[in-house]
Amino acid sequence: MKIVNKGVRKKDALALVTGKPVYTDDIAPNCLTVKLLRSPHAHAIIEEINTDKAKKVPGIECVLTYEDVPKTRFTTAGQTYPEFSPYDRAILDKHIRCVGDPVAIVAGWDEKSVDKAIGLLKVKYNVLEPILDFRKAKDNKIIVHPEEDFKALVDVGTDKDRNICASEVFEFGNVEEELKKCSQIIDETYHTKANHQTAMETFRTYTYMDTYGRLNILSSTQVPFHVRRILANALDIPKSKLRVIKPRIGGGFGSKQSSVSEMFPAVVTWITGKPAKIVFSRKESLTNGSPRHESEIRIRLGADDEGIIKAIHMDTLWNAGAYGDHGPTTVGLAGHKAMTIYNSAAAYKFNYDVLYTNTMGGGAYRGYGATQGFFALESAINELAARLNMDPTELRMKNMLTQSQVGNKLPTYYNEELKSCTLDKCLLRAKEMIGWDEKYPCRDMGNDKVRSVGVAVCMQGSGISNVDVGAVEIRLNDDGFYTLMIGATDMGTGCDTILSQIAAECLECELDNIAVNGVDTDTSPYDTGSYASSTTYITGMAVVKACETLKNKILDEGARLLGLNSDDVEFNGKEVFSLKENKSISLKDIGNNSLVGFNNYLTASASNYSPTSPPPFMAGIVEVELDKLTGKVDIIDYAAVVDCGTPINPNLARVQTEGGIVQGIGMTLFEDILYDENGRMMNDSFMQYKIPSRIDAGNIRVEFESSYEPTGPFGAKSIGEVVINTPAPAIANAIYNATELNFRELPITAEKIALKMLERNNI
Amino acid sequence: MQIKLWINNKEFNDDIAPDMLLLDLIRSKGFLSVKRGCETSNCGLCTVMLDNKTVLSCSTLAVRANEKHVTTIEGLEKEALEFGGFLADEGAEQCGFCSPGFIMNVLAMKNELKNPSEEEIKKYLEGNLCRCTGYMGQLRAIKKYLSRVKEGSYENS
Repeated sequence: MKIVNKGVRKKDALALVTGKPVYTDDIAPNCLTVKLLRSPHAHAIIEEINTDKAKKVPGIECVLTYEDVPKTRFTTAGQTYPEFSPYDRAILDKHIRCVGDPVAIVAGWDEKSVDKAIGLLKVKYNVLEPILDFRKAKDNKIIVHPEEDFKALVDVGTDKDRNICASEVFEFGNVEEELKKCSQIIDETYHTKANHQTAMETFRTYTYMDTYGRLNILSSTQVPFHVRRILANALDIPKSKLRVIKPRIGGGFGSKQSSVSEMFPAVVTWITGKPAKIVFSRKESLTNGSPRHESEIRIRLGADDEGIIKAIHMDTLWNAGAYGDHGPTTVGLAGHKAMTIYNSAAAYKFNYDVLYTNTMGGGAYRGYGATQGFFALESAINELAARLNMDPTELRMKNMLTQSQVGNKLPTYYNEELKSCTLDKCLLRAKEMIGWDEKYPCRDMGNDKVRSVGVAVCMQGSGISNVDVGAVEIRLNDDGFYTLMIGATDMGTGCDTILSQIAAECLECELDNIAVNGVDTDTSPYDTGSYASSTTYITGMAVVKACETLKNKILDEGARLLGLNSDDVEFNGKEVFSLKENKSISLKDIGNNSLVGFNNYLTASASNYSPTSPPPFMAGIVEVELDKLTGKVDIIDYAAVVDCGTPINPNLARVQTEGGIVQGIGMTLFEDILYDENGRMMNDSFMQYKIPSRIDAGNIRVEFESSYEPTGPFGAKSIGEVVINTPAPAIANAIYNATELNFRELPITAEKIALKMLERNNI
Repeated sequence: MQIKLWINNKEFNDDIAPDMLLLDLIRSKGFLSVKRGCETSNCGLCTVMLDNKTVLSCSTLAVRANEKHVTTIEGLEKEALEFGGFLADEGAEQCGFCSPGFIMNVLAMKNELKNPSEEEIKKYLEGNLCRCTGYMGQLRAIKKYLSRVKEGSYENS
């Protein structure tokens, strides 16, 4: 392979490092500034909004309340239709369901006037008691969604009158019977908190009417085609009236798989006909973003005295928050991804309730529920190892998926067949990298410092099987360069480059010979968008298919121009030639001829889906230093070994891994959305909601133990999400190995560690 | 109020509101590399140089730049490319949204610290947050860049 599996620069790299104006707010011209009045109450009914004074502020173009906007309900979750997330939201609603819910939309020609107008709005609320604890939400007398026009498109077990957003029971074998036979049972409950993706570019959207009377939306989104549908639903207008454009975007990590900001300027532009823009403040992005769902998972893990796992039960509670975005789907990954890695048990049960509350609605965050599931199950596995006095890596080698299981069916993973896996090699290599045998479980460093190691393994998927679609089109242009049209959404991850690498490999040309662009729903082929670890695997395969077709067309056209049969010519990327006839024609000439008269313009398109979602795997081993007096944990070293199949661009795969691990470290040690007793997020700035700095990140070392996935482009699987799943259980394990204390709630802050150590020492 | 300042050596005379932030003034003049990632001076995205010293333009009043020279990455394209090439070779610019502020601080560090250790590098750049990379790729790029600087590959700026 010449270009695939090479760490080439991203095609947009030099524009980004020189600060070129390529993001939404850089492109938006002078237009209306849109801001929101947000509710200070977690649960309330708006009785009256007086907009008179606000409307009189000079420069104000419009003030919109729930009476002025379409009343249709929709979901802001970016998912394939029919969405699993209920239609439970309106652009503006009389019923306030969480602090920060929008009450009014104000648009004006300068920010100061808009701020002034917002200050002049008078709202009378009937303040209701909120339900903030998801453990108490089911069958509570407080109902988050009493509205009649609530709609669940898919039966996911929704019962809104009981605050149930989704509910399901999955069982394979008989868990209760198997547990009875087990000599070792771990029965513990694990709690993870909501946390934020905090893409550096906050949510933002610019909207305008075009020459044809259509609403154009330029937005920082991972899901342009879903945004088109979401806005058509929200505004109650035909999709044909909408065009969505994605420029460069400043990070996503799942946050922009929900349509968070688009509807506000869109409704302003649709009503006023004038261009408008909203830029969420960091505070708004934190108080009303689309964070990871809070979870509580009770694990019952049964094994024999040798550590052979016989049964796994995951009894799961999920906090949807005020709206059901991604609630019914994220929860599924907690069980179906986590349990699958221990494929040899006799029985599995996974039951869940996803519950509405009056906290911020959740969304998609890298890992998409699997992260919560792996913290719970991998922690329980580590507790089982401790119970058996067994090295936790040994326990895993006895039970987890390995190369030898390739070809086996995965009963907890929709009965898919495992076609590629090197998880055993990943774990063994990570042990070598960290020096596990010398360092496990811990070493006293003196000075009240102890250094310990901890381990976890995990998997994810590659796209959503039978659902995700990636379509591409590739064109041959004059002088023989290609245009690759994609609907997949590069959010900094580099998919524009990765897909171009695949095209260049197929067409045997230089990377510079492939032109690629952002997404425009009018001109890009359909793509579900960049989420579910789908882009390289799903859209990458579409590129392979389209290039094959184009190559055949080039052969045919070359042969015709040479006056030969297609069977008698070959293509080497530069020319179509016949050795036998000693004739050739360059790609440049074919391209130029194709634009003249009688000849054929050469394009090819392909659409791809996958009946399977092959899992990438990863082993993560961390070494921490724990201060026994203060409880402070420093990350010393993180050894990560990944099986993502063939890494199409190893540099970008490595950076994905490093970035995901550091997000996982933040989630494990300090990131925590904290609410006061009235449901207001207390730590609503970067001053209080801390994400890891380069001091917190420690040293991270990444290697690949590549398998070859037969269904992926050049053997590739996904990389984007699997990388966030090991830090929480691995760090919790290292903390246990340093303190012999189990921490089953995230984040594991220094305070929690110090207090628990004090508590134990006093007994 | 009336102010006079230079952005990337271009003179601007303007009548501004007393509470205008330097970040907003700079962007209004078309220097769009400067980004706002928070409102609380925590992320480092808005880093620019004010008379050759880095400041957070989101928490600097525009009037503070009166009679001073502001430099953004648009004014240091050659240096940005010199370092940015190393960043690109690691794939560590990723979404790029934090890159301009981060690179401004790397360039300032290059001028300020001689042979910094890894710890000194991390400490100097601690205020520049990045959510994509996990910082390791940035560190690899910085080390490679600084060793080239040490070899005298680039002119001083």
